[in-house]
Amino acid sequence: MTLALRTDALTKSYGRRKALGECTLEVPAGRVVGLVGPNGAGKSTLLNLAVGMLTPTAGSIEVLGETPRSGMPRVGFVAQDTPTYGGLSVGEHLQLGAQLNPAWDAGLAQQRMDRLGMDPDQKARKLSGGQRAQLALTLGLAKRPELLILDEPVASLDPLARREFLQDLMEAVAEHQLSVILSSHLVSDLERVCDHLIVLVGSRVQLAGDLDQLQATHHRLTGARRDTLSDELEVIGASHTERQSTFLVRSDAPIYDPHWTVTPLTLEDLVLAYMSRTAQAARPRALEAIR
Amino acid sequence: MIQFHLDPASGLSPYLQVVRQVRHALRLGLLREGDQLPTVKEVVAELAINPNTVLKAYRELERDGLVAARPGVGTFVMRTLTDATLASHGPLRKDLERWLGKARLAGLDDESIEALFSSTFRSTSRQEVA
Repeated sequence: MTLALRTDALTKSYGRRKALGECTLEVPAGRVVGLVGPNGAGKSTLLNLAVGMLTPTAGSIEVLGETPRSGMPRVGFVAQDTPTYGGLSVGEHLQLGAQLNPAWDAGLAQQRMDRLGMDPDQKARKLSGGQRAQLALTLGLAKRPELLILDEPVASLDPLARREFLQDLMEAVAEHQLSVILSSHLVSDLERVCDHLIVLVGSRVQLAGDLDQLQATHHRLTGARRDTLSDELEVIGASHTERQSTFLVRSDAPIYDPHWTVTPLTLEDLVLAYMSRTAQAARPRALEAIR
Repeated sequence: MIQFHLDPASGLSPYLQVVRQVRHALRLGLLREGDQLPTVKEVVAELAINPNTVLKAYRELERDGLVAARPGVGTFVMRTLTDATLASHGPLRKDLERWLGKARLAGLDDESIEALFSSTFRSTSRQEVA
């Protein structure tokens, strides 16, 4: 099996601060991966390591079986805020792309620009946020990479521009069998476009895997109050009222215990459960004392 | 041709929503034998969803013998879901109406009826699984 991304105890430190700690991941090729986590969790660090803009402090990383280095022809990168050269026109961006990339697909670039109705003489600084993002995506796609990495590409876009951007990205995935790794806070978008999820909190990987698998093995149990569950179930989160208990659990086997009403978790539930679990673990025990 | 839509509030994965919408359309006769389903690329471009999701949904429908893929052409409906059970709908509905009448007579409001139905539904389908 080819792996789009493989990391082994990957660590990046700045002095004493760990931006990414012992991160071990295996992402098969052909997936659209959603990378989520709070700000400062290490998402951009991981992505920058994957494209060779940063070098690891410890551990190892491979993309498409290679050690990352800047400017790999098989890997496309759209950095945060979809940067473009403000002083260059749209057409000049495409010329630059053609000169820098051996596998440049001029037809694809032109077709996209025509369909988006973008004027080749327009300077990049005059483009709207949505147009700039589409230009950056075009540069990323026309490079014809096997893996495209996008760091919060839709964060600054309005809902319509966001939808169009994701439609185009998904069309490219359908057409060119491209692997994608995309970081975002917008879990509802990720639910549509991703089939693999990585949750990164506090510089560590909390959860990683194919979405189907993750959703099939996580459940919400609600029922009359019980303070503990059987040991076979891994509890991700629990909340209680006087009479009722709600548990979020991970279990490979289906749960038939008639005491509980079992409901599936949405991607958002899942992400929030893992994010808040880590936040609670990090908080001191003072809360316990108050209760 | 049918059009898919995604409901984030449904709590179902996008793949299951696509499967259900096709089955629903087959049951209601909106899709008939020989009709073509939208191509993967069309669905992807319309909904901005992962192409693997659509492929997976179509494969599951294919496994159930409801559709067949013709490489390079598209995916076509092989059979509908209207025929087999339609005849029994009438009597079952009568039974249900009778039961609902009894429930209301006993003083249950709509919400209680729904809760009773869904908890009974769950427990009987659980027995079938076990």
